[in-house]
Amino acid sequence: MTTPTSPVSPTPWVVRRSSLASRIGSGALIVIGLALFGVPQVFGPNIVQQLTSLLIFLILAVMWNALAGYAGLVSVGQQAFIGFGAYGTIFMTQQGIQPYLAMIFAAIASAALAVVLSLFVLRLRGGRFAVGTWVVAETIALLISLDQAMGGGTGTSLRGLNAYPRQVRIAYTYWLTLGFTVLLLLILFLLLRNRAGVGLQAIRDDEEAAASLGVRVGRLKFVLFVLAGFGCGAAGALTLANTLFIQPQSIFGVQWSAYLIFMVLVGGLGTFEGPIIGAILFFVIQHQFADLGAWYLIGLGLIAVAFALFLPRGLWSLINDRLHIRLLPVGYHLLRRSPDASASDRGKPNP
Amino acid sequence: MNWINAIVQGVFLGGLYALFACGLSLMFGVMRIINLAHGDLAVIGAFGVWVVATQAHLSPFIALLPVLPVMLLLGYLLHRTVLARSLRSGPLTPLLTTFGVSIVIQNALLQIFSPDVHSLGSLTGSISTSSWRVTSELSVPYLGVLILAVAVLLLGSLQFTLQYTGFGREMRATAQDPEAAALVGVPASSVYARATAIAVATAALAGAFLAIHSTFDPSSGPTQLIFAFEAVVIGGLGSLWGTLLGGIVLGIAQTIGATVDPQYSILTGHLVFLVILASPRGRFVATRSAKA
Repeated sequence: MTTPTSPVSPTPWVVRRSSLASRIGSGALIVIGLALFGVPQVFGPNIVQQLTSLLIFLILAVMWNALAGYAGLVSVGQQAFIGFGAYGTIFMTQQGIQPYLAMIFAAIASAALAVVLSLFVLRLRGGRFAVGTWVVAETIALLISLDQAMGGGTGTSLRGLNAYPRQVRIAYTYWLTLGFTVLLLLILFLLLRNRAGVGLQAIRDDEEAAASLGVRVGRLKFVLFVLAGFGCGAAGALTLANTLFIQPQSIFGVQWSAYLIFMVLVGGLGTFEGPIIGAILFFVIQHQFADLGAWYLIGLGLIAVAFALFLPRGLWSLINDRLHIRLLPVGYHLLRRSPDASASDRGKPNP
Repeated sequence: MNWINAIVQGVFLGGLYALFACGLSLMFGVMRIINLAHGDLAVIGAFGVWVVATQAHLSPFIALLPVLPVMLLLGYLLHRTVLARSLRSGPLTPLLTTFGVSIVIQNALLQIFSPDVHSLGSLTGSISTSSWRVTSELSVPYLGVLILAVAVLLLGSLQFTLQYTGFGREMRATAQDPEAAALVGVPASSVYARATAIAVATAALAGAFLAIHSTFDPSSGPTQLIFAFEAVVIGGLGSLWGTLLGGIVLGIAQTIGATVDPQYSILTGHLVFLVILASPRGRFVATRSAKA
């Protein structure tokens, strides 16, 4: 995968996109991804259900990171899409659509909602965007809790999945979650590897400078906002499938944003690998400490603040800064060739 | 007549929202950050007044006197410990840290005071319930007039401070260009810390009036933050008097919504905010950079 900058380069520099680590890393990810599809064949339904919720966190963290880490859009309102995806699934099953199909449609509907909402909120920047998205989420939550057909404020449960035996239902939900995870990671990976990825990383580093160099900031933000709407909508629908019951206050609750910020900040904001680490870590922490109630949330808040202040690029930066490892080849690396090697390269006809 | 009453009550409710909004507006004007813990700091103020008033058997209005200096100090420390460092690491970090602080405050209050709903209304005696009856259907509550008067007074004195005092000039200079202000001997961090202190104290004042006007609990903060933000955006980021107007528009929208059906109250406020955001004026509000 080594690509010289030009066939007969006079400079001793080469641009590399992948390295040994990233080849091993992406290979391992593909193997893990494939192996994960086999989990329901081997493990019991409880483990599969746990893994499903881990994957849902992973989807959410990756989506929030795409917004905040690359487009500079700190959203406190992604629960709008989580809730919309869940309630969209309820609505469509009420219309007689098969539940798993309804979940996919609900994710697409969430993307459509993001297209509409982008007209309002993408006008806002920084803190105004953050609170603006929050207002949007509250508005949608209020509208849905007024709708008695959706169970009003007391919540509703997903019917139609009872037709499947428990084990089969859990396995199907898991496969669908894994499918969404792989799809979203792939889309994001291709987006970041592509020309758009360079633009996005430029926006992350300095929005004005990126715009002045011709990066189409507005369009890229729009693409990521819609992608995040799709991903969070899918996560909401899958949360519903995993728990079978939802209430407006919890599915539209701002605690989702707290979890997302925690996962991404601890893992590493603006990196591909960071949110994956963050999601796994959060999953473990939640398992160990969620019983502590308020103390648990105080701890999460304090850790998030500490990371934002003292380690703003998260745990992944600790690994990356020392070893220069990227698990996935989304960046560019400049390597200096040794003089004789470059001389011999120059002599060779380039294939 | 019903509608006129709704509008009158909305104006007074707007006074409360303007009270919440002025601290948010001040911090945004001076530091360009939105403090996501603003509502929770107001709730700390409300609990502070509640503790002093119930322990010392004082009127909440007197209990405010020791609470406000404590909140000034808390604001100052908040800036020195969290915000100053956040501001150095880019425009997004203050959002993340203040959101974290908000979660910590809410859950700490929950741990200390339990999720029970409190009110200071019963401790203030007749002022929170009495009103002037203008006609059979239109009445003017004492408390509403008091809150509106406090809001006008507070916004007026903030405006006066910004316009005519040395500290106000320092804030305006720092808002325009922190580096240039530092060159002429106005250190940004000191101005920021004092501005945060004032903003937190005004939040506590607003929280105390919220507690007298209705009820509060450890999780009341985010809602008040959202209302304050809506008031600031509706009024147009920039002028403090605009904030008062924005608060009143939001208040009227909510009371008119509530007249139709009590459950439409907050929703109507959100919808008015979104319509204004989508209007051509909203584009102007969203894109222009504010002045203190």
